[in-house]
Amino acid sequence: MIKVENIQKTFKKLQALKDINVVFEKGQVVSLIGPNGSGKTTLIKSILGLVKPDSGKIIFNGVSIDKNIEYRRQIGYMPQIGRYPDNMTIGQLFDMMKNMRSADTKLDEELYRSFKLDTMIDKPMKGLSGGTRQKVSAALAFLFDADVLILDEPTAGLDPLASEILKEKIIGEKGKGKLILITSHILTDLEELTTDVMYLQDGAVVFYKPIAALYKLTGEEKLSKAIAYFMRYGIKPMENSNQLKIAK
Amino acid sequence: MLKLSKYVLYDILRNKVVLAYTAFLLVVSMSLFQMEENSSKAVLSLLNIVLIVVPLVSMVFSTIHWYNSYEFIELMLTQPVSRKKVLLSEFAGIGSSLMTAFLIGVGLPVVVYNFNATGIALIVVGCLLTLVFTAIAFLASIKSKDKARGIGAALLLWFYFALIFDGLLLLVLFSFSDYPLEKIILALSSFNPIDLGRIYLMLQMDVSALMGYTGAVYKDFFGSSAGLLYTLGIMLAWIIVPLLFAVRSFNKKDL
Repeated sequence: MIKVENIQKTFKKLQALKDINVVFEKGQVVSLIGPNGSGKTTLIKSILGLVKPDSGKIIFNGVSIDKNIEYRRQIGYMPQIGRYPDNMTIGQLFDMMKNMRSADTKLDEELYRSFKLDTMIDKPMKGLSGGTRQKVSAALAFLFDADVLILDEPTAGLDPLASEILKEKIIGEKGKGKLILITSHILTDLEELTTDVMYLQDGAVVFYKPIAALYKLTGEEKLSKAIAYFMRYGIKPMENSNQLKIAK
Repeated sequence: MLKLSKYVLYDILRNKVVLAYTAFLLVVSMSLFQMEENSSKAVLSLLNIVLIVVPLVSMVFSTIHWYNSYEFIELMLTQPVSRKKVLLSEFAGIGSSLMTAFLIGVGLPVVVYNFNATGIALIVVGCLLTLVFTAIAFLASIKSKDKARGIGAALLLWFYFALIFDGLLLLVLFSFSDYPLEKIILALSSFNPIDLGRIYLMLQMDVSALMGYTGAVYKDFFGSSAGLLYTLGIMLAWIIVPLLFAVRSFNKKDL
């Protein structure tokens, strides 16, 4: 569904992405994991067209993304930091987003209701707490029933109840066979959702495997432990070996 | 495109800075018209304030607003709309709200107290300057990496257009005072929208009689309809060219 081919990106002297080659398919829930500054957000932003790679191609359903912008109709994106115009009300914000995507009218307002945003449509954005803004971002990402969901740190800042609602929603969407990309540092949250794990370090893909294979390789039963195992002992990047070699 | 501008406009019209700007302009214009017996004298004083304040507020406000809505612009760009559309809608939203503030703050009193050709010219020049400096601010913010540099660049550009350019012009005038410079200065003033606006407006007023031979040359040109078209054309170029450059560099920018 999304094919990333030889993407390279350098910011000044920092090489943010080094020759990334990955394919994401429908039905996958991919967790993007890696230390701060490993290139997770740059990769996501490249797929969204916000960052223009120096070289390489990203192909969405067979069409290169720099050719047209219509592919974004099939993506729901939840940003890490949601900031909205101060004096805009929640109702106006949702109206505006609906207006911008006018062509398709199939709406999924489940999160909008379960987060009780419909009870505060007249509240201006500047008065909202960080968590409520996060709820708004989540509801907007799911609103258009898009085939691909890209969630950047979705549960950060949400209270346990809201976090649980969001997780259930993600599991529901996974059941519909959508492609979901999640970055998070809260590994316990990812554990219940994810089908595949992609580990990035210094702009390169260190590891991209189904979660079961990861457990098998490390002999661990928990995602956090398995990742800690990798971070501690390190592994050679994928292009060096098809089989994973663990350097002790 | 208009859909997005409409919501940007809703947002800014309730912004406290824009409300304060409107109130400030309204108070200044009203008091000038109340104090001066002769309303055309009041227009002259108002002109000098407009030429300083409008560019400054347009530039600083647009720059700050741009950086404050950075994350929101990012979110817009993940929707199926082109970058050009997002940028131009933002411009239309900010430009029209600042213009609304100017029309209420200066336009209204001028229409009430001094509704003639000079008054209308002042309103038109004020609106054009608002758009010119909003466009320049957009270009400066897109070219600068962070908020501090962006606002710094905006202030420097304002200094240049409001003060430094005139100084340079005077320098040219003094150094080459033996030569006839009227036509050249006329051409040079097109490189500064504030100067162009000032000269154009001064020549609509009686004060141009005080400017001697130079005044006569200018009056000849700016008094004619060709002068009006020329002023309008240059002002529009000052809006369109920075916007074109802004769109071009925004299309390549990483967010």
